[in-house]
Amino acid sequence: MTDGAPSVGFFSRLANPGHFLAWSRYAIAPLAVAAALLVAIGLWLALLGSPEDYQMGSTVRIMYVHVPNAWLAQLCYGVMALAALGTLVWRHPLADVTAKAAAPLGAAFTAIALMTGSLWGRPTWGTFWEWDGRMTSTLVLLFIYLGIIVLWRTFEDQARAGRVIAVFTLVGAVNIPIIKFSVDWWNTLHQPASVFRAGGPTMPASILAPLLTMTAAFTVLFAVLQIVSMRTEILRRRADSMQRRHASELSARPA
Amino acid sequence: MIDLGEHWAFVVSAYAVATVAVAALIGWVVADARRQRARLAELEAKGIRRRSGGPWA
Repeated sequence: MTDGAPSVGFFSRLANPGHFLAWSRYAIAPLAVAAALLVAIGLWLALLGSPEDYQMGSTVRIMYVHVPNAWLAQLCYGVMALAALGTLVWRHPLADVTAKAAAPLGAAFTAIALMTGSLWGRPTWGTFWEWDGRMTSTLVLLFIYLGIIVLWRTFEDQARAGRVIAVFTLVGAVNIPIIKFSVDWWNTLHQPASVFRAGGPTMPASILAPLLTMTAAFTVLFAVLQIVSMRTEILRRRADSMQRRHASELSARPA
Repeated sequence: MIDLGEHWAFVVSAYAVATVAVAALIGWVVADARRQRARLAELEAKGIRRRSGGPWA
């Protein structure tokens, strides 16, 4: 941009709220079908097509719901952190919408990860909860999500809320590497990374297949819910601005 | 029938918790979408028009 005129690139056009509403409509149905198919295949593999673990027995099947949700708990935060940069650096209206839509989804996936982890911990470790690095940092993540949701609801002016929350989100992002590396940094009950690690996964294909299928299923489900929530948020802002304008027109009218 | 062994209650509970929570999340997202669409339709029915231009147009 040498002449100072804004160049409307491909991505800017995709990200314009009006254009987003137009193209995202066609993404919902195929993604929803893909999510449903992947969940069906994943559940079949997880419950019928995979063997028991020689140490953990049938409780290994809890992993197929626990790990995808734990992954999404962090992916959602990654989406919010990128959106926060979009808000602060480019002041893009769709960045605010992305961040606001992702927060409740992230909170839900984090809560599921904590609950299923707890139900897995009892038979394998003998305790529902332990204040160790992985569990405590994940609980902190849930509180950060809840704090962000409350902040969105506190501010009347959503543009201002977007900037404040973007800063808060980026500060909170420090928790994500803490969650990731907590199992290496501190003595913990939680096992270290076993899928994405140098030297390849440590588990056999019969256990890796349902795990990756369920992870893909939950990731596509998140994509659908994120797109639908973003569309809803755009409509909410439209309705809000129509209502405000209508109210100011009424008050400007002579009595 | 699937044999879930001695810890079957934990496996079933984990799947039940995840299913209920995901169903509730999907239900909430769909209900919110419907609520906002209905709200916009109601505003338009009252003759309140959208402003052309602006970020949310």
